[in-house]
Amino acid sequence: MKRLPLFSFVAAVAMLAPVAASAHIVKGEAIGFVSGILHPLTGLDHVIAMIAVGMWGAQLGRPAIWLLPVTFPLVMAFGGFLGLIGVPLPGSEIAIALSGVCLGGAVLLELRPPLAVAAALVGVFGLFHGYAHGAELPPGQNALLYSLGFVLATGFLHATGIAIGLVHRWQWGRLALRGAGAAVLCGGAFFLWSAVG
Amino acid sequence: MKRARVLLLAVAAFAAPQAAQAHLVVTGMGPIYDGISHFAFSPEDYLPIVVLGFFAGLRGARTSRFSLGALTAGWIAGGLIAMLGLNLPPIATSLATAGLFLAIGGMLAADLNVPAEAGAAVAAALGLVRGTADLAGVSPSFAHALTLIGMSASVFVVFAIAASITLPLHRAWLVIAARVSGSWLAALGLLLVGWIARYGAVVR
Repeated sequence: MKRLPLFSFVAAVAMLAPVAASAHIVKGEAIGFVSGILHPLTGLDHVIAMIAVGMWGAQLGRPAIWLLPVTFPLVMAFGGFLGLIGVPLPGSEIAIALSGVCLGGAVLLELRPPLAVAAALVGVFGLFHGYAHGAELPPGQNALLYSLGFVLATGFLHATGIAIGLVHRWQWGRLALRGAGAAVLCGGAFFLWSAVG
Repeated sequence: MKRARVLLLAVAAFAAPQAAQAHLVVTGMGPIYDGISHFAFSPEDYLPIVVLGFFAGLRGARTSRFSLGALTAGWIAGGLIAMLGLNLPPIATSLATAGLFLAIGGMLAADLNVPAEAGAAVAAALGLVRGTADLAGVSPSFAHALTLIGMSASVFVVFAIAASITLPLHRAWLVIAARVSGSWLAALGLLLVGWIARYGAVVR
């Protein structure tokens, strides 16, 4: 029993041994699936907004919790498409920061607008998030794998938000979720301040 | 205790990074396996097939059977057409593939209620486009025909498995999970159209 922690420690250290990384983003080219996955995860302003969408969907319950994950990737991809073909969409950084403020605020206040209003709000913000990603997508060796990683990472961020939001069924969970909404709002306010300033 | 050690060692061994050997086209095991491995390393081939299989399964057994036959026949026909020297230009292949991603993904995301024949037509189109693309520039020979058989067999099996997953689904959240995969494929198609508009033929 005493030897197991030492053994575990050695195994853990072995796993942490530094090796040449091949999964970093190389500027100027898309190196494939891993770069695509990392792209949405490396911007905290995107991450908090994506997770907030999932949390809000879980708070709103059916059908929003199902509708949002089906429609959101499409709206985001449309934004990415606009960014890729070079359509100008000024103020995208401000809109992205605002999305954190608005979505975090919606979770904090447990807002329950009509489904169409919620979907439109999320859709508009999704468009700006997608646009920013699309405008930054580099020319690559494998557009398909890069895009696949990008779409999957966005979907999983969204799913993470939904999973967090499922605590809404408990009394303590509702409070915790509203606290998480407040955190997203603060993060969004910080990014908004950075984008405007 | 011993089991825990073995488990830890196994996790450590799996976590060790290895050099990737992607897209093994020539396996050394013969043309049929070359066809199978080509398919296995071509996401532009198997992704739409999986999603189309999910869609056909949700629409029922009749649509699944029709689409299975049409897809496989289309793939074989496309491969034979390519071997005869009739190839689509790369930009047209890219656009057609992206368009099919959009159409198939959109059909599943919307859970579109289409007749079995319409589903089969989309399956045949996918087979023709991807079958032609996979064997573009390949000379007609018995070995290449075997490669095409290997590919088509993989197409058949993967589609059948995908359709059999969604065919018995009734729980709402499982159907939604399948529909989410459709929306991801459609999103992928939309992004690819953008890539193509910006950089030209990006899917072969």
